[in-house]
Amino acid sequence: MTTALDILLNGLALGSVYALVALGFVIIFKASGVMNFAQGSLLLLGGYLTAVLHEELGFLPALLLAVAATALVAGLVDRVLLRGMDPRHHHILTIMTIGVDILLLTELARRIGGDLLTLGDPWGNDVLTLAGVTVPTSRVASITVSVLVIGTVFAAFRHTDWGLSLRAASEDQEAAALMGVRLGRVRTLAWALAGALAALAALFLTAFPAPGLERTTGQIALKAFPAAILGGMASPPGALLGSLLIGVTEALAAGYQSELSALGRGLGDVAPYLVMIVVLLVRPHGLLGTKEAVRV
Amino acid sequence: MSERVPRTGPRAVLPYAAAVVLLCALPLYLEAYWLRIGLFAMAAAIGAIGLNLLSGGTGQLSLGHAFFLAVGAYGYAWLAGEPGPGLPAPLALVLAVCLAGVAGGLFSPVSGRVRGVYLGVATLALVFLGHHVMLNAEAVTGGYNGRAVAPFTLLGFSFTSADPELSVLGVPFGAEERLWYLGLALLGLAWFTARNILRGRPGRALAAVRDSEVAAAVLGVPVARYRSAAFVVSSMYAGLSGALIALAFRRIVPDYFGLTLSIDYLAMIVLGGLGSVAGAVAGAAFVTALPLVLTRYADVLPLVDEPGAGGQGVGPTEAARYLYGAAIVLVLRYAPGGLVGLVRRTPAPGRRAAPAASAPADDGAPANAASPSVRPSHPKESSS
Repeated sequence: MTTALDILLNGLALGSVYALVALGFVIIFKASGVMNFAQGSLLLLGGYLTAVLHEELGFLPALLLAVAATALVAGLVDRVLLRGMDPRHHHILTIMTIGVDILLLTELARRIGGDLLTLGDPWGNDVLTLAGVTVPTSRVASITVSVLVIGTVFAAFRHTDWGLSLRAASEDQEAAALMGVRLGRVRTLAWALAGALAALAALFLTAFPAPGLERTTGQIALKAFPAAILGGMASPPGALLGSLLIGVTEALAAGYQSELSALGRGLGDVAPYLVMIVVLLVRPHGLLGTKEAVRV
Repeated sequence: MSERVPRTGPRAVLPYAAAVVLLCALPLYLEAYWLRIGLFAMAAAIGAIGLNLLSGGTGQLSLGHAFFLAVGAYGYAWLAGEPGPGLPAPLALVLAVCLAGVAGGLFSPVSGRVRGVYLGVATLALVFLGHHVMLNAEAVTGGYNGRAVAPFTLLGFSFTSADPELSVLGVPFGAEERLWYLGLALLGLAWFTARNILRGRPGRALAAVRDSEVAAAVLGVPVARYRSAAFVVSSMYAGLSGALIALAFRRIVPDYFGLTLSIDYLAMIVLGGLGSVAGAVAGAAFVTALPLVLTRYADVLPLVDEPGAGGQGVGPTEAARYLYGAAIVLVLRYAPGGLVGLVRRTPAPGRRAAPAASAPADDGAPANAASPSVRPSHPKESSS
């Protein structure tokens, strides 16, 4: 029983980190229709900056600075590269983000090399015991902070001008522009926010019991892809639901690996994709996605 | 995308004939190293043409190309080799291509219904699931360490360095030289088929689906069937490409067929120009050859360390990655139509430029001074 609860908590913690990344995908997709492949390297950038800065500045200032810097870089990617391109060519913009990802990732991987960096988080390898279950404090912190941040972002969607503009732009770019929505600004802010979320996700990905920041940490974003798709790409609550589903699935597949050994080793890594395929077969637009109505 | 009227007559054929003669003569002059690069480029070109039929022809984004390459590669290696049925190589090649097609067909419940980015990420799943199978189905794939690939033989002629010994005009013909011609023949076949598909009835149907599914359906195009069919054909191209890559490598490992490979193929077709067969070939040559050429000339390039130098500088592999990333960003930033778009933008010789563009240039005024008022204003442009 404790193992089942353990696995579930693990899955929720993992899911909450996926949710931060997946929410970034969804925000950028809503604002510009682009699938941001650079999210993984933005995450790595945030983690790297925190790791480099925390010894001099202390943990919290380093984290805040890293989050701000990553947001700035993401915003600049939009301003400098994607601005002025025909926004209807989603394919081309999506591939451009792949180019950005390659550039960022190569540079960061060169700097990190084979090292394992620590981010200097205050939780270390402490554990909490809740109702007979022992969990690392970092996992609890991960769930708490994610819930707070995601709640804030959802509130921003509903109650700020930017959120309203974003929702209008994702409904119909042209109509939104005619109503005075400054699409360029909405999009840059969306990119910056997604960058900030990715940088924050880096912290919880590398905290105990994970070993630390490696050059491959950014690949986690590849698992947030199915999370975002699964819930419906244009739906933030869908991204949340998808992330939790993916996180729990992965934890279950890894936790019960010995019982599932007939399906091969390393099943935890592919289980999210299996779940996604099954969901897409039943609902091609994701769990909470809306079917697009087409006018001719 | 504008349809060009196909030119006919001897003048139209001449450049192609010249290119074919040049490509056929190259093994007489080039070292094996360059021939290997060429071979990889040709294999990649076949795969890129296939992906272009899907992405450029129907507007579907696929990240699963590496999976179908793997099906072709492992299909050939298993069917033609030990352990495996040990079939004759040409039969194994054909069956491997069909196997990749079947794999694409099995995915049609998803590929026929799921659209846009959803399909892109759904196909992402194929790469990871395929990798998982490759690692675990050791009887067929050899697991993590991969398996050797049986050499290609055709009617008793072996595409290896011996059996029979062969030299043409004093140049000994080893495996690279022989495989070069095999690759060239297969690429020619792939190019010809793709052009005919795109210019014929299926190509027009696919273009209609790409531009508007509803309009295509109204015109009587069975949309889901064409989308699945495009996926199957593209998978078969990938299978052929994979088998050729397996022949060139002589040993295949699961880690080669990862997501990076899929992304490379996507980059090839976008860099070359979506929807253009020639563009796919150009993009494939660029993406494949760039890292290899850079590694070769690492010592003469500024700022690039030699491999294994261990300094703080940029190694050749990294330099290739930087250039690759920068090329993707810059080409798409300044020429969204890809390399083919760059070529087509220059007016054909003997054709006058449009009068509106040439008139202001006569009196020395900047050519684009008049354009903002002429250009129809668009809400998106004014706002962004």
